[in-house]
Amino acid sequence: MQLALREVTKRFGSLVANDRISLTVEGGEIHCLLGENGAGKSTLMNVLYGLYRADEGQIVLDGEVQSFTGPGDAIAAGIGMVHQHFMLVPVFTVAENVMLGNEETGFAGSLDLEAARERVREISARFGFHVDPDAVVGDLPVGVQQRVEIIKVLSRDAKVLVFDEPTAVLTPQETDELMEIMRELRRSGAAIVFITHKLREVREVADRITVIRRGQVVGEAEPSASNAELAAMMVGRPVELTVSKKEPELGAASLVVEGLTVVDPAGLVQVDDISFEVRDGEILAVAGVQGNGQTELTEALLGLQHHVLGSIRLDGRELVGRKVRDVLDAGVGFVPEDRQVDGLVGSFTIAENLMLDRSFGAPFVRAGSLQLSALQEFAEEKLAQYDVRAPGITTPAGNLSGGNQQKVVVARELSRELRLLVAAQPTRGVDVGSIEFIHSQIVATRDAGVPVIVVSTELDEVVALADRIMVLYRGRVVGIVPADTPRQVLGLMMTGEPPTGDVA
Amino acid sequence: MSTPHAAAPTDDRAGRPDGPHVMTTASPKVAIILGVVTLLLAAVVAFGSQTGDTTFRLSTRRDLAQLPDVTVPANATAWVAIVLMALATAEAVRRYLARTKVPLWLPAAYGVVAMIGFLAWAAAGATLPVIGLLAGALALAVPLVFGALGGVLGERVGVVNIAIDGQLLAGAFAAALVGSLLGSAWAGLIGAMLAGALVGLVLGVFAISYFVDQVIVGVVLNVLIIGLTSFMFSQVLAPNAATLNSPPRLGPVSVPLLGEIPVIGPILFRQSVVVYLLYVAVAVVTWSLYRTRWGLRVRAVGEHPQAADTVGINVLRTRYRTLLIAGATAGAGGAFYTLVSVSQFNREMTGGAGYIALAAVIFGKWDPIRATLAALLFGFASNLQGVLSVIGSPVPSEFMLMLPYVVTVFAVAGLVGRSRPPAAVGTPYRKG
Ligand SMILES: Nc1ncnc2c1ncn2[C@@H]1O[C@H](COP(=O)(O)OP(=O)(O)OP(=O)(O)O)[C@@H](O)[C@H]1O
Ligand SMILES: [Mg+2]
Repeated sequence: MQLALREVTKRFGSLVANDRISLTVEGGEIHCLLGENGAGKSTLMNVLYGLYRADEGQIVLDGEVQSFTGPGDAIAAGIGMVHQHFMLVPVFTVAENVMLGNEETGFAGSLDLEAARERVREISARFGFHVDPDAVVGDLPVGVQQRVEIIKVLSRDAKVLVFDEPTAVLTPQETDELMEIMRELRRSGAAIVFITHKLREVREVADRITVIRRGQVVGEAEPSASNAELAAMMVGRPVELTVSKKEPELGAASLVVEGLTVVDPAGLVQVDDISFEVRDGEILAVAGVQGNGQTELTEALLGLQHHVLGSIRLDGRELVGRKVRDVLDAGVGFVPEDRQVDGLVGSFTIAENLMLDRSFGAPFVRAGSLQLSALQEFAEEKLAQYDVRAPGITTPAGNLSGGNQQKVVVARELSRELRLLVAAQPTRGVDVGSIEFIHSQIVATRDAGVPVIVVSTELDEVVALADRIMVLYRGRVVGIVPADTPRQVLGLMMTGEPPTGDVA
Repeated sequence: MSTPHAAAPTDDRAGRPDGPHVMTTASPKVAIILGVVTLLLAAVVAFGSQTGDTTFRLSTRRDLAQLPDVTVPANATAWVAIVLMALATAEAVRRYLARTKVPLWLPAAYGVVAMIGFLAWAAAGATLPVIGLLAGALALAVPLVFGALGGVLGERVGVVNIAIDGQLLAGAFAAALVGSLLGSAWAGLIGAMLAGALVGLVLGVFAISYFVDQVIVGVVLNVLIIGLTSFMFSQVLAPNAATLNSPPRLGPVSVPLLGEIPVIGPILFRQSVVVYLLYVAVAVVTWSLYRTRWGLRVRAVGEHPQAADTVGINVLRTRYRTLLIAGATAGAGGAFYTLVSVSQFNREMTGGAGYIALAAVIFGKWDPIRATLAALLFGFASNLQGVLSVIGSPVPSEFMLMLPYVVTVFAVAGLVGRSRPPAAVGTPYRKG
């Protein structure tokens, strides 16, 4: 099926998110959309999917002009979409989410749950994804939720598929599986739009590449272009793609975790008796396929988990059993893995979000009242420093593009006096230009003598930032190895294979 | 805030060799509540010692199989109950310390024993008609259960339904008027459902299409309907009572066989058709909500309307349709007042029952079965108060009247487990 967007324009108030964008995707083609954060990629796709109404322009499928009144029409026309911010009902199980809107029914409209479970199992097997159809989605780590969101779209037969940053929280292996699936879909004649910030993926599967900047198409690129060329075209300037960091100046082991065990509400042991240390001025990167205890580990460090055994000592003070407030006051900075659930209040302004965990005293609050001028100054500075693309500091955070929301969270957490930084997926959905900056900020935090824990599914990020790498598998530590460990060894460790040779 | 929890390892590795193993976590909440109630009852019995015997009458005169009355010494029975309650509390404590879950039967059995002990003490020297007490409780609870079902449906689809009281009242009024005009109680019942649905529609127009604050619309609707029905009553119904305000009644019908089961039969199966309709409604709503495509979509719209939208579900249409069904359900409850309880409409005759139904929705954690049980509990507390004041008991009736509300406050405060409303309740859905 051929998809054509003609002169699509979408405005939000005075902001032009899409400015006369035209795009053609042939059947049997993978078309990559590249562009920095806030360029207007998701907006364009939401217009295509009927979630937004275009102010001007047309959507044409196989030569026929469409007029969608909602996603229902788009789905009926054969369009399927993986949303950047998952469209999953948190209290439903995986099977219920996958069947929703596409239910198989028996007597009097009764649900055929078994058929839905079977479908989930079948698709996840085809993918090499491990997803339990009966797990409640809200309890799952974002990486697993991403798999569910993908399974949901693959379970309906769409002729036009939109993947909006599906790989932001997938491991390299999972990404490879997904790209294989996309190639298979291409062979069957589907038209595919693929949005990603990871240039390796673009060069691997793209047939054509269109670059968008500030709501406008700035040109097409060849899949044979180099990373540096693509990055420069996206951001409009040359980009440094590797992190330069000095040798760590290690201090005392100020974070000591011993026998940490975390039990989830269902009674399952998600973190199983793990012990490790992080020294001042050191970055410990936690690698592993999502769902192996990383989420629970970071939440336990912040005091967000309720059933915790063992001990977490920071500068000699016990953190287990303390309130989140006390943990924050002890100087722990936390970038949660899901910015929309734990990181931001969508209806609050950017400025309010930037002071969310600092509402108890100076400099933003004095005698119970907000210090608006101090807040304004601070927010404007952070906006500029982190290159958050937004109309202003009073824009509601929920209206920002995904990558810009992420920058707000990171900016808030890194601008406090820290004694420990815990960052889960710190650059999720962030464009290449801003990854560079966030990485340099994390390294600067380390160099200021703070112990840092970074959790990432992106092996490049792990290798770029880590001084040591800890691999988790099914809640246990497979091994803690030096940063220069070969990737194959790390990949094997992620499947539970203990490392051979020396251990850091 | 979380209550202190404790965990202990167990060796079950969930059947898989390297799967996550399972640990049980336990909370002391149940044990604490049981202990407190036990102490309270002990204090009451110790300070208000009663003499004489209490007779529990277990049959009505119309029963085929007559069960003998049970007569027990009031004080002694109360103390036996307290000892049993203390044992149950001890068991709950033991289970907490051993880190195992307290099974549901324990608090349930505890509740029954506590009630028997309390009644034996409170009705000392008198005869307690057990059948009458429970059948009356059911009758009082019928409009509450209908209202609660309507409330559950509305909130599950994401619309706060404060207008339950208005729907009950409109239903009662329409049932009386239509029933009298057409001389048919069934027509009255249908009129009641239509009236309830109409209120639901108005609520929908303001809350869904015009984004007006749902609580405010609900309250305004309630006040409006009180005014409207009171006005119509005094201007139209009262002067023409014979033609406009004397609907035929839907009296009790005994179900063959089931109605003859001792104790249970006279309570559950010698009731009005409306009550049988209620049984069906509870079953159908529960089944539809959890087991059908319609129910899945309703719940999706109430939890995450945008996610529902992206899979092609029409959020607004789903909300409207569900609100109409919810309104009709609550309206049917209103018919109970004028077609079953008394056969005429009266000013403000629901007496705020809709608000109690709303409390039952919350107490019942937005689940039709639990909300039904909560409504039954409220019905029981009101009827107990009535019965006790008739047979003359030492408990001030005002105190008993308080009970349902005290229970609600505790429930809402989260003491009876975490109570979480549907995530999108109260927020209108706007598209970009
Ligand atoms: N609902 C909305 N209301 C107002 N402005 C919006 C809304 N959605 C998006 N925008 C704005 O439109 C612009 C484009 O956002 P969009 O989400 O399309 O970016 P994107 O290219 O997908 O970026 P990212 O890579 O970060 O996901 C941004 O400036 C954003 O702030
Ligand atoms: Mg986007």
